[in-house]
Amino acid sequence: MKAIVNVYLKEGVLDPQGKAVHHALGSLGFGNVSDVRVGKQIVLDLEADSMHDAQKEVEKMCETLLANTVIEDYSIEIVQ
Amino acid sequence: MNVTVLQFPGTNCEYDTRYAFERLDQEVKIVWHEEDVIPANTDLVVVPGGFSYGDYLRSGAIARFSPVMKAVKAYADNGGYVLGICNGFQILLESHLLPGAMKRNENLHFVSKHQYLKIENSDNRFLRHCREGETLNIPIAHAEGNYYIDEERLKRLYDNGQVLLTYCDENGNPDNPNGSIDNIAGICNETKNVFGLMPHPERAMEPILGSADGVRMLEGFIL
Repeated sequence: MKAIVNVYLKEGVLDPQGKAVHHALGSLGFGNVSDVRVGKQIVLDLEADSMHDAQKEVEKMCETLLANTVIEDYSIEIVQ
Repeated sequence: MNVTVLQFPGTNCEYDTRYAFERLDQEVKIVWHEEDVIPANTDLVVVPGGFSYGDYLRSGAIARFSPVMKAVKAYADNGGYVLGICNGFQILLESHLLPGAMKRNENLHFVSKHQYLKIENSDNRFLRHCREGETLNIPIAHAEGNYYIDEERLKRLYDNGQVLLTYCDENGNPDNPNGSIDNIAGICNETKNVFGLMPHPERAMEPILGSADGVRMLEGFIL
């Protein structure tokens, strides 16, 4: 099974990388972008009995290591 | 005094830290991260600067799970003194031995320069030889020193006297190199035995290095 984890800074926590990319896009003429957030994607191959089990297991990984929940949110997508 | 300096794969300030404390006539032992005990006679544990585990994922995120960090947590819970410098500060945040988290510098630059710091609170072991309001000249070198904590916990830091150092200019006016909330450069835990700061006092131990102000910080730990 494959799990795709996306980690982003929480809403309201200033994202310096997003701000820099937003500024660069503006300089290149893409003035229609109102906000940019830069996150990271972590792709895991794992064994699990069901998609539900995989989801639970990856949630634990996120809470323990993959995200710093003081400043970051995460989303998990399990794909067969 | 016996100082234990931790060493992770990627640590690069362990020998500077040893030099700094040896210059203050203290015994220093460097301990590898796979050790699961802190030497019995340790009076101070220093988590030094560097790039533990290459700072992959997030600074300090992987080092937090090293066997030695379990021992450090037990040592700190027991009242032992712990000092985290730069990457060491990041590791202490990730370990929840100190509150808050570290983000990339607001300007996205790696900053490496001399920086003045204002003493916000000297009612603690670390800064007891300093006066509140005075400034010290201590180098900084980091890409992720943008300290963040939510409003409620920030207030608690102030209420408990845990905000120790802020970034300033030569005259003590705020001068923020990384976007850190309230210009915070260093904090301690509630019980005032765990300290963390982004600047490097071990790199300011003699005038030939540009400043000897680090001496007064580090000698605070010496009885």
